[in-house]
Amino acid sequence: MKRGTRRIETQLAVIGTGIAGFAASIFALQRGLDVAQFGHSGAMAYTTGYLDLLGVHDQRVRTDPWAALDDLRRDEPHHPMSGLGNQTIRTAFDGFTDALGEMGIGYTRAGERNLSGLLPNGIAKPTLSVPDTMLAGITALETGARTLVIDFDGLQGFSAKAFEVNFAERWPALRSARLTFPGMENRQVFPEVLARSLETRATQDALAEAIRPLLNGAEYVGLPAILGMHAPDAVLARMQEAIGVKLFEIPTIPPAVPGIRLRECFERAFPEMGAKLEPQLKVANVEFGVSGATLYLHGPMEDLQVEASAVLLATGRFLSGGLRSDQHRLSETLLDLPIRQPEGRQEWFRREYLDPRGHPVNRLGVEVDSTFRPIGPDGDPVHEKLFAAGAILAHQDWARQRCGAGLAIATAYSATEAATAALG
Amino acid sequence: MNAMAKRIHEADVLVIGGGATGSGVMRDLALRGITCLLIDRKDLNAGASGGNHGLLHSGGRYAAADAETAAECMREGEILKRLAPECIDDCGGVFVAVEGDDVDFAARFPEHCRVAGIPCEPLTAAEAREREPALPEGIIAAYAVPDATIDPFRVVLENVGHAERQNDSRYLPHTEVEAFEIVDGTVISAQCRDRRSGDPIEIRARQFINASGAWAEKVARLAGCKDVSLLYSKGTLLISNTRVTNGVVNRLRLPDDGDILVPGGTVSLLGTSSVTVEDPDGVAPTIPEVDRILAEGAAMLPVLNETRFVRAFSGVRPLLKSAGSEADGRKANRGFALFDHEDQGLTNFATVAGGKFTTFRLMAEKAGDLVAQRLGNAEPCKTNVEPLPSGDALRWTEPGAAARDWFKRSDPTDMILCECEMVARSAVDTILQDAPGAEDHMSLKAIALRSRIGKGACQGAFCSMRVTSYLYDRGVYDSPDGLRLMREFVQERYKGVRPVLWGAQMPQAELAEILHCGLAGMDLAADEDGGTGK
Repeated sequence: MKRGTRRIETQLAVIGTGIAGFAASIFALQRGLDVAQFGHSGAMAYTTGYLDLLGVHDQRVRTDPWAALDDLRRDEPHHPMSGLGNQTIRTAFDGFTDALGEMGIGYTRAGERNLSGLLPNGIAKPTLSVPDTMLAGITALETGARTLVIDFDGLQGFSAKAFEVNFAERWPALRSARLTFPGMENRQVFPEVLARSLETRATQDALAEAIRPLLNGAEYVGLPAILGMHAPDAVLARMQEAIGVKLFEIPTIPPAVPGIRLRECFERAFPEMGAKLEPQLKVANVEFGVSGATLYLHGPMEDLQVEASAVLLATGRFLSGGLRSDQHRLSETLLDLPIRQPEGRQEWFRREYLDPRGHPVNRLGVEVDSTFRPIGPDGDPVHEKLFAAGAILAHQDWARQRCGAGLAIATAYSATEAATAALG
Repeated sequence: MNAMAKRIHEADVLVIGGGATGSGVMRDLALRGITCLLIDRKDLNAGASGGNHGLLHSGGRYAAADAETAAECMREGEILKRLAPECIDDCGGVFVAVEGDDVDFAARFPEHCRVAGIPCEPLTAAEAREREPALPEGIIAAYAVPDATIDPFRVVLENVGHAERQNDSRYLPHTEVEAFEIVDGTVISAQCRDRRSGDPIEIRARQFINASGAWAEKVARLAGCKDVSLLYSKGTLLISNTRVTNGVVNRLRLPDDGDILVPGGTVSLLGTSSVTVEDPDGVAPTIPEVDRILAEGAAMLPVLNETRFVRAFSGVRPLLKSAGSEADGRKANRGFALFDHEDQGLTNFATVAGGKFTTFRLMAEKAGDLVAQRLGNAEPCKTNVEPLPSGDALRWTEPGAAARDWFKRSDPTDMILCECEMVARSAVDTILQDAPGAEDHMSLKAIALRSRIGKGACQGAFCSMRVTSYLYDRGVYDSPDGLRLMREFVQERYKGVRPVLWGAQMPQAELAEILHCGLAGMDLAADEDGGTGK
């Protein structure tokens, strides 16, 4: 059988299917561009579901992310967020969470202070926006409310006991219990399977019935993040009503439901919004010509050739395949964009894993100009219509700075703004 | 709380050092009916016994330079193959010379082997590549020898387990000797400290054996003995993600960096460097060492250039000082010595030092003979005839063993805690219940030492969190201390991971950091308590 080639045209080709890529597509659509998005990454399943803006600066946890951003501009002028004003960042952040809400996953709007997002080991992290399904947990911790956290037989890496023991000093009214998930006796269970199972009314009722006798005066109940996949807010409301107390989710170790929800939500909504989305296709090659770029992709059945007027690169770092290395050199995988090379491999990582300064390799990446166009060693753009956003950018350490979502969303916002302008 | 409450233990013999030799002495004596207390300042195999490639030497590597050690390796290797087959993969080995290697050295190899009593079969290049397809075209000489591999963790766990089943012999981890109480040439007790709690411990015994490996000189000096003089030779090894060769592959030349590749179950170990260091404490592999070992290894096996390495580690060989050994540890005697310390004015203290993993049983036998004679015990050594049994709680250190067991059990409720190495809850349960040290507080690190947890491609990113959760569930952990122990574990693993971070390990490292910092907040927790883990 002869292998065919499908040709499509688009104004903006977004490469990458993480938060930055999806945010870029959302903003580009809002700006009226014709958008096509490609990627192959499953890294979304590694998120907690929390959207951080800036939680740590100068090696300290910050409660006011906006003041922290002011300090970031002063201390790290090359940080990708440093070139953007707080108002722009807020507009971008709210634009993204509003879009999520419209697509069916409610998130809190960006406030003035960071929230203490609960983590599975019984600790908290600074974050700015949380799924509506996780909000009650933050209130419960803040008020020290009588709370019951539940885990399930056969669910790995989530121990309600660990959650209770580690929060004990700060949250004495916290208790833990273990249940067998309805219909899943004597087996290993996975969050994704539990979440899909909880979309049915029968499972919701059975679980609520199992929880009710354990309440013993608890005002809140915490569960691992399993409250449905496609309509978590509706599942939350139903379950709260059935149990009679406030309910919240706690992130789990990956692959975790909050990230899978986001990915499936985008994949469901984007075609309706008019974007061409190929979430399982890897871009094999990009060639730039006078009027734009040609992208080459190899699908399972046919090849795809995309003529794009502009390209936005949001391919992430090593985990998502945007960057790679051999024994001696770091490189950008798709276009071999210049990456600053340190003196040798000993300069990539520090000697101590948890050195609060973070590892230098995390701050290496694609260098861009003020309009998020990758630049060469001479400081000039590699191409007039090539833009980059998200974790692939140099001069940031999103995991340590707790700024992953902020970085992805804000740079995607500004990069699409620049791309729109460039497309006239 | 009474901080000064001193714990007191008594035994016939105190054995200091939980490596191959110390555990071997413990078993040797227990089989003669003598009760031992074995202590280690850390845990089993914390020194060279856990920092080697697990090569059960045929002796071929030493045949040219040290026929005596070579012959000793050959004899001991055969005894262990017969008596501890569960711990050994009798995979055979080849010595190969590639283009550029010394042709004359290669030609003399069979004669050196003959002198040392090592069977040595010449192979054509084609035969060598048939045995080991990864070998390159340009082989100028090749010989087959009876090399094998041994699981050093399994052996030591079995030694301790077997001894504990003989009589009241016991093992105490994290117990460090600080001083000896000596009266009229007799050691009365060892004044020790529990390194975790800081509590003092007194151990009274009739005989004291110092088998502390690279720390033997320091421990001997605590007893006032100045006759033990060691050279510390740091060796670094790389661990690959998969098994590269069928058997052991040695470069046919005088020992140098990167010239042995040793299979270990489902992985391979490449080494070894030899760098003289001042202090046996705090050694860690470096990036230049790793690069040099890999470059040397790839000259022999080009496939190593494309091999994924998941970790490096270093051990310190305790070598007996001899003429010319100061400058080059490889010239030092690989033999061992038993110091009775009588010329140092002590009657019930002895040190056994030097040697090789392959010869640990013989070292233990010699030390056991001395102790038995001093105690008036006429029982002969039995470790040369009595098989080493296989304990149910001790079989989790071999790469691949946990996976085989899990598939065989096919119990849907038995969950895998470590996916890279397929270590299930049931394995952790048996370790918690029965492994040496189980009566003590078992941490993630202690379980990892007794299994393959944390040793696969993800290097502890997921399993550290899964096992920690499980230990909370089981009540083994009941305070935030469990999170501190998890942090210490991943920090320690990282020291070996860092030098091999490139290529396919970069995504792993990135994911690990996302989990450890983003989801487990380890960087911020380290901040809260000053990052010292105290």
